[in-house]
Amino acid sequence: MSQTLAPPDRTAAAPSVVPTALPPDPQLRALAERHGLTVSGARPPLREYTRRLWARRHFIAAFATARLTATYTTARMGQLWQVVTPLLNAGVYYLIFGVLLHTRHGIPNFIPFLCTGLFVFTFTQSAVLAGTRAVSGSLGLVRALHFPRAALPIAYTLVQLQQLLFSMGVLAAIVLICGVPLTWHWLLMVPALLLQSVFNTGLALVMARIGAKTTDTAQLMPFVLRTWMYVSGVFYNLSAFTGSAPHIVSAALNCNPALIYIDLMRYALIDTVRAQDLPPHVWPLALGWALLAGIAGYVFFWKAEEEYGRG
Amino acid sequence: MAETTVERPPAPVTGYGAPADDRTPTVICDNVHIVYKVHGGGSGKGSATAALQRIVRRSPSAGVREVHAVKGVTFVAHKGEAIGLIGSNGSGKSTLLRAVAGLLPPTAGRVYTHGQPSLLGVNAALMNDLTGERNVVLGGLAMGMSRQEVRDRYPGIVEFSGINEKGDFVSLPMRTYSSGMAARLRFSIAAAKSHDVLMIDEALATGDRAFQKRSEARIRELREEAGTVFLVSHNNTAIRDTCDRVLWLEKGELVMDGPTDEVVTAYEKSAG
Repeated sequence: MSQTLAPPDRTAAAPSVVPTALPPDPQLRALAERHGLTVSGARPPLREYTRRLWARRHFIAAFATARLTATYTTARMGQLWQVVTPLLNAGVYYLIFGVLLHTRHGIPNFIPFLCTGLFVFTFTQSAVLAGTRAVSGSLGLVRALHFPRAALPIAYTLVQLQQLLFSMGVLAAIVLICGVPLTWHWLLMVPALLLQSVFNTGLALVMARIGAKTTDTAQLMPFVLRTWMYVSGVFYNLSAFTGSAPHIVSAALNCNPALIYIDLMRYALIDTVRAQDLPPHVWPLALGWALLAGIAGYVFFWKAEEEYGRG
Repeated sequence: MAETTVERPPAPVTGYGAPADDRTPTVICDNVHIVYKVHGGGSGKGSATAALQRIVRRSPSAGVREVHAVKGVTFVAHKGEAIGLIGSNGSGKSTLLRAVAGLLPPTAGRVYTHGQPSLLGVNAALMNDLTGERNVVLGGLAMGMSRQEVRDRYPGIVEFSGINEKGDFVSLPMRTYSSGMAARLRFSIAAAKSHDVLMIDEALATGDRAFQKRSEARIRELREEAGTVFLVSHNNTAIRDTCDRVLWLEKGELVMDGPTDEVVTAYEKSAG
């Protein structure tokens, strides 16, 4: 005893209008409530979401490591590229800015200065780029398995963090070779990196949601990031510029989170960078940016949790 | 025209999907509509020359197209049922399953479920450049197993897949596997976990004859462990063998909902 719910009319095209205003059927809803059924795919509250995300921490770690391993697996030199890539990057920029353009004037220890800026900025840059594609590039995964989607941008940021740790090893070697002494200040790298990682994760979460909705963002981001890089004093000493600029401009430039994390790392690593060279209120700003980006990014991403499968 | 679409389709009050009987419902679909966007070649990746051509010709097709894949489907599934989904290609079967699994949110209407329904399949979580070994771990974790569970089930998964029968293949990257071997490993990982509501999306019987037998037996086991099973297939024999109820979808609409024999016969008649 079956029932035909709609005529099997294959010729007439059905009108493609979605009745969004239709309320849920009261009979069916009552049935669902009576048996304890819940709305499928509904966004869990923030606390529950965080709990589920924490339960997936092993997946996040495994996914990040797997991605990192898979990146270089077909290259003959394999994992060695993780060390060679930052070295080559530093070489290119040294050639252009150190040798050809002479932005090194007045900067002691230019090579460590340049490499630190470059590696630290690359971490933020690649986290944002990877974040933009984190959901839109993993749509197959999102449409096949159930897990808190925030796992994806977080895992991609973790990949970049692991890359950065390789770069930091290279950086430490470069800095020591250039004759910069090893001091207790180096320990400041840990909080600086930690804060930057939280900041980057937040940024990746924001970009992941935007990138999931507007796929054109991925095309636009490289330009935005390059602009950001040039105003962040990666290749030159920004304080030479902010000294003569109007107060409001220099204040804005000094609040730039990328500049803050770069300067903190330079302060930690290079002995000729002194505390008075740093922008004002550098540690509170570093903490503030990390908290702002981290919390706002997480909530912003969670708000659209149930929609990521739609593409 | 708009008025006709706002009208509620007749709610199933008797017989199949009747809300008023004493069986326990596990999945309730209430007038589900799904619209998803398809990004044409215009955005995302695409060759530069193609993009240039589009700009020169001012072709509007570069934008986003919306696909109304499921149009107002209502049904109630109960505990212990094995439900088949049939219909021609592109009739919205897989999309409907994704909505039930909570992976693709309905644009309108509601899906209520008992627990978290799961699609059987981990393909998307696996990476071809990694060894089979690491893929088993990654796939297990992706399905929500704990590290301990993965460790416990690892030998079983590898043995079931049989990829180590001809040497130590599990320590090689998956891209070096033959397509049959890769499919066997994927199925073994996916079938390692049991679920409340299990959904199986066609083309599962892969690999050689021996493995097909093994996987069919495993699906039967999973069916017994699961409360409700959905099976999407174009193989009517498989549907007749496993399902006791069938939903027939055509162009996103539910054409028929009833006992397997009746619906499959009607479907076969209409398909010619």
